[in-house]
Amino acid sequence: MSRLLQRVGALWLVLLIALAPAAQAVLPDEILADPALEARAREISKDLRCLVCRNENIDESNAELARDLRLLVRERLTAGDSDEEVVAYIVDRYGEYVLLRPTATGANWLLWGAGPLMLLIGAGLAWGYLRARARAPRLQEAALTDEEQDRLRRILDDE
Amino acid sequence: MITELGHFALTLAFMAAIVQMVVPMVGAQKRWPGWMAVAEPAATLQFLMTAFAFAALVYAFVTSDFSLKVVVENSHSAKPMLYKISGVWGNHEGSMLLWVLIVSLFGATAAWFGGNLPPSLKARVLSVQGAIGVAFLAFILFTSNPFLRLAVPPFDGEDLNPLLQDPGLAFHPPFLYLGYVGLSMSFSFAVAALIEGRIDAAWGRWVRPWTLAAWIFLTIGIALGSWWAYYELGWGGFWFWDPVENASFMPWLLAAALLHSAIVVEKREALKSWTILLAILAFGFSLIGTFIVRSGLLTSVHAFANDPERGVFILMILALFTGGALTLFAMRASAMEARGVFAMVSRESALVVNNILLAVASFVVFFGTLWPVAAEMGFDRKLSVGPPYFNAAFTPFMLVLGLILPVGALLPWKRGRLGKAAWSLRYALVLALALALLVWVLQTGQSALGPIGVFLGAWIVSGAVVDLWSRTGRGGNRLGRLARLPRADWGKAVAHAGLGVTMFAIAGLTAWESEDIRVTRLGETFEVSGFDLTLEKVERVRGPNYFSTMGTVRVEKDGRALTTLHPEKRVYPVAQMPTTEAAIDNGFTRDLYVVIGDQQADGGYTVRTYVKPFANWIWGGALMMALGGLLSLSDRRFRVAAGARKAGSAAKPVAAE
Repeated sequence: MSRLLQRVGALWLVLLIALAPAAQAVLPDEILADPALEARAREISKDLRCLVCRNENIDESNAELARDLRLLVRERLTAGDSDEEVVAYIVDRYGEYVLLRPTATGANWLLWGAGPLMLLIGAGLAWGYLRARARAPRLQEAALTDEEQDRLRRILDDE
Repeated sequence: MITELGHFALTLAFMAAIVQMVVPMVGAQKRWPGWMAVAEPAATLQFLMTAFAFAALVYAFVTSDFSLKVVVENSHSAKPMLYKISGVWGNHEGSMLLWVLIVSLFGATAAWFGGNLPPSLKARVLSVQGAIGVAFLAFILFTSNPFLRLAVPPFDGEDLNPLLQDPGLAFHPPFLYLGYVGLSMSFSFAVAALIEGRIDAAWGRWVRPWTLAAWIFLTIGIALGSWWAYYELGWGGFWFWDPVENASFMPWLLAAALLHSAIVVEKREALKSWTILLAILAFGFSLIGTFIVRSGLLTSVHAFANDPERGVFILMILALFTGGALTLFAMRASAMEARGVFAMVSRESALVVNNILLAVASFVVFFGTLWPVAAEMGFDRKLSVGPPYFNAAFTPFMLVLGLILPVGALLPWKRGRLGKAAWSLRYALVLALALALLVWVLQTGQSALGPIGVFLGAWIVSGAVVDLWSRTGRGGNRLGRLARLPRADWGKAVAHAGLGVTMFAIAGLTAWESEDIRVTRLGETFEVSGFDLTLEKVERVRGPNYFSTMGTVRVEKDGRALTTLHPEKRVYPVAQMPTTEAAIDNGFTRDLYVVIGDQQADGGYTVRTYVKPFANWIWGGALMMALGGLLSLSDRRFRVAAGARKAGSAAKPVAAE
């Protein structure tokens, strides 16, 4: 129920934001004076999802909430947190939905493993197929069993 | 009146499609020539009726007939004519009608130009194509009728989503649909062949032009969409791994795989069952794409229709067609025996590797796109899978593909020697390594992405040149022979080089982009990567159906005036939506990209400036790929063989509308 309410709330936010004059992605007043810190903030922002948007990270999003998150990231960075600590701080408050790069924990290993696994299966199948193709002529030569060879000889002898 | 006629014509098209589905199939099973011959007029009738219905809807949009629900919801009398027309497919009902129009068009062209096909195969192909038509016509008639009237028509419409009012996006859906639906032709051929139980080199030759045409359209459609996102969304991103983008990308990857495996069927009579499977999957992914976009299951920017009833209907179509085809495949695939024999190192093997990489890459995109749904339903985890995942999980496949491409392209059929292919590529390799090294030294300390992109780009492009040159044989007059090479050879080289250009451009843009965000007052000058920009004035301008805040930015380089840019912020009052219109100075080696933002308390304006190196090369490369496909499509062997002309003529009706 609370999840439903959250969703309805989020939907309203989307509507409100869509109609309000657009704020824009990173604004000049958000930028940190220290370029190294700012660069880290940008990198972190690119992996965090704007929760009220559709598939946008907070670095690109115009939404108010994205701005709040950007400011939060910078606040934590200035407070001396490491990149991992900043991300953990945000995930604690907003859930793993905020991560655009899903962690490789629990069932997610399936997600990360799917590509390599499929490649292995594909490569295995292809290897078998290619070997069969390369050996095909020899297999055809030995196509007759001994019994059939006998029969063939008998037929030929009769002629 | 015309509206009602349109609705009536659509119903007639539905009837014609049912006849087209049933009669020729029965005829082909029973060997009754008369019944098989019904396919042709039925396909023609289905196309003509659908075209009439579509024309009726276009007429309603053009004349702003606000007694129609779709027109009210997606148009406005003040909207420019181009967007009145593109508004026809800028909504759910109209876009599905366009989809069906293209299905019937492809069916009709196969009927008109498929004279060289064996009659039973032709009847079955048209019957399967008719079945697809039946499914989607039923979908339109029963869930998404565009011809619904309103009891009380309003004075004016609600306008089209302003993001869609754009030349790039006006033609993006038709091209995508031509691609999606073009794959339905490969699907029909695959299913027909399974029913016939026979696949030979001729089949490969018939199916390849259709796949090629579909792939060309998809390439152009995707490139248009990406180009649109680049200039319209306001920060110059060109690919977002959005579910809707992925929906078009998966069929593209599979179609690319299918193109290559169909060559093996055509030339070597091997990989038959795999090619059939790919043809089924490629269209299956097109249907999945339609399902994702139309159901709103994975909501995203593009999903303008979120209606579960429609989603379930499309899911049923998807299950019926892919499920049915795959069952048929499981029953019949063993009958498709390979004939060609080839060694481990050969062109055939290289194309198998190409197919594995493309298919697995497409599978990764599929898995990542649907994982959030699976995780929520299966593991009760609400999570996101975004660009960082795709960049990490997808890109390696493309890297490997790029690395082996020039070698594979040079290997001869049947039996090759790796050493020989590598030796002929020695100059290409040296050139690519030297360029990458040069760039690596020049850019000191930046990411490795730039040099990698340069290496791959140079390697693939020069590899394509070597490939062409190696075909001219030995001795004098090699240039003359180069010009007379078959178009398929040229097409292959151009398309491969295009891929190299795009790979290089994506890496270059990502690695070397520079950005500047600031508040600037009128008359102030600031410098970004060697460009001096001055915000001269900001004025309010009135457009046909919007209000604009338009800035004038003078750009100078080394003290000389370069250009004047006009970035805009627009508000569409009817649709109540703001949009950003970036101003872009397109250059050969870089784009200068300026966006104006809100006025600040101190009277200054937020201005974002990006210098985007090699941005245009991304779409340039995509165009080269499409051009390569076109060259290949116009190769003599297809013009002589059945099934060539129809693919080319498919483009015409879209251009006319």
